Amino acid sequence: MTSLPSMSARARRSLTTERPSGYWWYIVPGALGFLAVVLVPFGMNIFYSLTAWSGVGDPQFVGLDNYAQLMGDATFWTSFRNSAFFVVAMAIFPTAIGVLVAAVLFDFIAPRFGARTSSLLRALFYLPQILPIAVAGVLWKWMYQPEYGIINTLFSSVGLDGLRQNWLGDSDLAIYSVMNVLIWLQIGYTVVLFMAGLSRVDPALHEAAELDGAGWWQRFRMITLVQLRPEIAVVLITTSVAALKVFAPIFVLTRGGPGTSTIVPAYFSFSNFFTTTRVGYGAAVATVLALLVTIIAVALLRYQTRTTEGFDDDGR
Amino acid sequence: MTVDKLTRNAVASPDGSVPPAPSAPLRQRGGARTRRRVSGWVVLITLSVVALLMIFPFWIALINGFKPAGEYIQSGPISIPTELDFSALVDFWRGVDFNRKLLNSVVISGSVALIAAALSLLSAFAIGIGKLRGRVWILAVFMVAFTIPQEALVYPLFVLTRDLGLYDTLTGIIIILAVLQSAFGTYMLSSVLGAFPKEVLEAARLDGASRRQILGRVVLPLTRPTLSVLVTFFFIWTWNDFFLPLILLPSAKNQTVSVSLGALSGQYTSDPTALAAASLAGILPALVFFLIFQRTLMRGVNLGAIK
Repeated sequence: MTSLPSMSARARRSLTTERPSGYWWYIVPGALGFLAVVLVPFGMNIFYSLTAWSGVGDPQFVGLDNYAQLMGDATFWTSFRNSAFFVVAMAIFPTAIGVLVAAVLFDFIAPRFGARTSSLLRALFYLPQILPIAVAGVLWKWMYQPEYGIINTLFSSVGLDGLRQNWLGDSDLAIYSVMNVLIWLQIGYTVVLFMAGLSRVDPALHEAAELDGAGWWQRFRMITLVQLRPEIAVVLITTSVAALKVFAPIFVLTRGGPGTSTIVPAYFSFSNFFTTTRVGYGAAVATVLALLVTIIAVALLRYQTRTTEGFDDDGR
Repeated sequence: MTVDKLTRNAVASPDGSVPPAPSAPLRQRGGARTRRRVSGWVVLITLSVVALLMIFPFWIALINGFKPAGEYIQSGPISIPTELDFSALVDFWRGVDFNRKLLNSVVISGSVALIAAALSLLSAFAIGIGKLRGRVWILAVFMVAFTIPQEALVYPLFVLTRDLGLYDTLTGIIIILAVLQSAFGTYMLSSVLGAFPKEVLEAARLDGASRRQILGRVVLPLTRPTLSVLVTFFFIWTWNDFFLPLILLPSAKNQTVSVSLGALSGQYTSDPTALAAASLAGILPALVFFLIFQRTLMRGVNLGAIK
């Protein structure tokens, strides 16, 4: 795995006069940091999840009680159901729209109206991505405000008072309002990434298809979607993982409410840690979430490496 | 994954950063520009409307951040303010001591970016140049730091920092975030350094260069473009980071920009322009970074690391 096939053994010996093991020293700072910040804390978290603890005093070991309780906890299941909604809002929908918008900008708008026009539109789509999520949350919370918020004010000003809603305060509506913010945030990411991917596609493919009489839509389906598969895989992996971990928008916009209608696992574990101080229970939620995210990330990565050319052949 | 693709993927991260250089197609097809037709205009107008909707919230924050509260109540959020009123912005700025938050965020993000880049370079040097045995597994373990939800680390980190006297200190959060960010940096740089031209390394070794000299005099100068891209990402990610700073920096004097904004969303809701002004205060630094960093990022992306 670590051989240098291009060199003969003799040449290699003469070149590396030093012991290869000397390189281990360079990984020590990173490894120590990883141990202190990730490995030990995660181990402690798993230990906490096996205890009943309020954060003060000694944790009482209770075995798998927390996990057993989780299985019967409606809030826990609601939080994962909501996660599925956010995977739609952060991964699936932005990917679908992003591919389409990127393709339209790249081979429909740019050839007809110039690269400048398409770059400008791309920049506008990208702009929400530069905002810290907390800032985006504050901004939308203000726009959703039921009395003086811009959305309800706009409806009133065109005589559609019936469409005024308590966007974040209505438990049936709140999750869609949050999803809307997440879509707004994510689309720029997918558009930019897919446009970068499209510049990699050989123009000859499109030209040949066009000569054969394929329309734009046909070329989109048969060439663009197929050629963009590596980028689509990367986007789906990163955004799905991000969607499962979503916290800040919920914290800023709804704090999981009204009731538990927008609660997510990350927020549920946070509120167990720091609001209801059921540390053991919160740790169990966090552990389940960590396992789930890891499984999904690994599964998607394996799928990606199998279906695309994947990693280069240099042992990595 | 190739170096080039990694760099490009990294450039548009979900955490919010800057897009790569215009990858303009400029695919000259026979007389394409003449074939605008009606359908072309319809598509252009539809997309433009959607694009304007995307930036509408920014526009709304801008015009209402400076609008007198009375005028907002009278003529609503759409109207252009007839006079510029900085009082909401100034109230917010003073109320949360925004200068302090900006300073905290700059110190934290700057330190994290530099430390994380240094950590990444050291680890990647061992993995990519040193070809450590089992490096695939080492990288896989490092990537856990990137995928693991921070909720699964936060309570132990809270306990550990408290015991070590690092709770509610900038030092504590800087160390933690630097280690977490360096996981991604290690992954990306290992791939870059794995493709480092062997002839250069061999030549340096023949000249009797030690490992440290190879790192400092050969690898570092040649990877500087990639490193500057990494530093930029780390800076922006840290600036936008919310969860760990929220928990580990509870006191007002240590808060970051992101946390100070997120924390006030519960208050202020009776004053109609206060939140617009606050949003504006949060948008401004983000826009500034976008403008400053854009060129660094383009350069890094165009060089596509060393190859």
